[in-house]
Amino acid sequence: MSTRRIVPALLVAMLVFAACGDDDTPSEPSADPADVTGDLFAFGFGYETGDQIAQVRIDEFRDAYPDVDVSFSESGFDNQTFLSALASGEPPDVVNLPRSSIGTYIARGVLEPLDECIEQEEIDMDVYYPAGVGQVTVDGTHYAIPEFFNSRVWMINNTVFEEAGIDPATLDLSDWDAIAAANEQLTQMDGGQLNRIGIDPKLPEFLPLWSNSNGAPMLLDEGRTSNLDDPAVIEALEFSNSLHEPAGGRTTFLDFRDTWDFFGAENQFATGELAAMPMEIWYLNVLAEASPDVDLTVRPFMTREGEPITFADGNSWAISTSTDNAAAACAFIATMTSTETWVAAAEARAETRAEEGLANLGVYTGNREADEVIFTEIVDLSEFPAMAEAVEVIREVQDQAVAFPPSPAAAEFEAAWVAAVNAVMTGEAEAAAELQETDEAIQATIDAAVP
Amino acid sequence: MSTSTEQRRDTSRRQVTGKRRMTKKRRESVWALIFISPWIIGFLVFMAGPMLWSLWLSFTDYDPLVPDTNFVGIENYQQMIEDPLVRVSLWNTIFFTIFNVPGTMIIGLVLAMMLNQVGKAAGFFRTAFYLPNVTPAVAVGALFLLLLNGRDGLVNNALGALGLPTPSWLNDPAFIKPGIIMMMLWSVGSTVIIYLAALQTLPKQLYEAARIDGASPWQQFRSITVPMISGAIFFTLIINTIASLQLFTEVYAMFFGQQESGAAGEAALFYVIYLFQNAFEFFNMGYASAMAWLLFAIIGVITFVQVKTSKRWVYYEGE
Repeated sequence: MSTRRIVPALLVAMLVFAACGDDDTPSEPSADPADVTGDLFAFGFGYETGDQIAQVRIDEFRDAYPDVDVSFSESGFDNQTFLSALASGEPPDVVNLPRSSIGTYIARGVLEPLDECIEQEEIDMDVYYPAGVGQVTVDGTHYAIPEFFNSRVWMINNTVFEEAGIDPATLDLSDWDAIAAANEQLTQMDGGQLNRIGIDPKLPEFLPLWSNSNGAPMLLDEGRTSNLDDPAVIEALEFSNSLHEPAGGRTTFLDFRDTWDFFGAENQFATGELAAMPMEIWYLNVLAEASPDVDLTVRPFMTREGEPITFADGNSWAISTSTDNAAAACAFIATMTSTETWVAAAEARAETRAEEGLANLGVYTGNREADEVIFTEIVDLSEFPAMAEAVEVIREVQDQAVAFPPSPAAAEFEAAWVAAVNAVMTGEAEAAAELQETDEAIQATIDAAVP
Repeated sequence: MSTSTEQRRDTSRRQVTGKRRMTKKRRESVWALIFISPWIIGFLVFMAGPMLWSLWLSFTDYDPLVPDTNFVGIENYQQMIEDPLVRVSLWNTIFFTIFNVPGTMIIGLVLAMMLNQVGKAAGFFRTAFYLPNVTPAVAVGALFLLLLNGRDGLVNNALGALGLPTPSWLNDPAFIKPGIIMMMLWSVGSTVIIYLAALQTLPKQLYEAARIDGASPWQQFRSITVPMISGAIFFTLIINTIASLQLFTEVYAMFFGQQESGAAGEAALFYVIYLFQNAFEFFNMGYASAMAWLLFAIIGVITFVQVKTSKRWVYYEGE
């Protein structure tokens, strides 16, 4: 399977995010359930999808608030259908949407400020990872509660590294020269034919991670200032793009990468077609199921100063300003993201995994308190030491996460920087000129979008 | 007395019959209107109404998520002139149309003529050629991601076996549009069926007479076949031009499903895709409406030119 065919499988993989848990109930919603009644329509979420983590949490809500009749769109979030839902006679009360696009909706006044809700449900925002909270906060007001927390780490193919005589545990990942040298050593060309990629920089999508590791966020001031022309961003793009060169350039690199069976047993790690790449953490679950025998080292992405860093995203729960049942909406988003609910879902998942005889790698929530319970009391990877080490690394970097702030022109900003990176990757433009030009243009767009 | 009475009765009868005739005609007209009224209502509600509404929106800064909409005059149209992505996407779309329309028509005609010669297996081949047209566009896009893979796709395997160059159809900006043209030529079935239907109506006597006069197969094709099916050719020219200028689904599925990983960059940014992005990703619905009207105007002008020039080369049997 090529990486171009991964989208449906990726969605499925994210839905089956594993977890387990224990009884520990620090943040029980506090509103009197008897006072919370009526209908509630949740957009961007589903009960019938078969996703256990979703179903258990919904069941928890239904048990806690039996007088609320909650229904779901039964599909993931999508701009076009969300617009249609808002324009319909029955607009959504709550919405499950990506944190990366939430700024667009905050700026347009579609989402309800949650100050009252947070107070009513006594939600402690400090239990959520700061990077996640930062993505849903504008001018000190929270507009959503983080749900999942998807970060990035290095995934290193031990077999390939050892063949090349490089120690996967000690390669200095904060030293870009060392990364470039390892890439050359690990890349395998045979008669002009690329047979192995040394290091996949994952461009364009991972430029924010490279850039932050070089000390420069791409977006500043709660998403209102583009920083694409920062020399450190330009340097990050130039360096990460240069990692394509030993593989014969971008086109050869991508053509080869497109042949990978990304979600199958013959994935690039199993076949030795890739030595290392930074990757989102959900992919470990894929590898654990598809090729459990792959010898992998997971290490944190590093700043050039030698500190662990990761870039995070994920979904969040927000209340639509068109809701006519704010009490139920608030109770719902509080329940769906509370520690108790996450733990219940994780426990159910652990039982299922145990019955299936599969490793349970846990579920990475936006709730630090829930993660603590899940990973110290529910997840048991004693029989899977490599996975246990990987989970430990991931947990260590979660608090070092950075993320895009909620820009009022989030979609335009993403389209702009992706286009700029693509232009540089194809050789149509130089990094400095392209990013400077893009920065100027996108700043005007952001300025126009600020309410 | 009696004669004049009969004359009056006669005149009166004629008047009544005339009235009946008029009434019948009017009644038929009313029934005709009733029968076509679902279409008329559908057209007014779902086509004409939204079109006029979008024309109004094209002069506003309409954002579906913002309650206030302001009249901005021709600002959206001015912005289009300055927007480099409008130029890029328009060029991509016109490039595609220039190659796709003649390609579809030539290949469609060749295949239709071959099908016209096939005897018993004609039904099977007709089905086989038409099958791509009933395949969902997203599935076609996904299928061609496999076929056009630069490393081990079937297309490059075949080219490689023939000793020909094997370009990167999906990742090299220079070959992305040719790859898309190749994909769309696969769905040539509807054009084939139209030509085949036209070919099957041609009188055999014309060819017999031409053969007796010593006309070669090429002369027969040029002087009999093409003029006789020129109506069908004209029809496919119009519909294929419009469809090419509105290309969206297959390319969006191939290159824009997951925006961040879109390696195609601007090479696959077709006009309707950019319009869609403005409408539903950036919520610039006013600007997107202006873009839609520009496309409508372009299609209108091209179609007008095609219709005007058709008088010189399209032959209708009844004329």
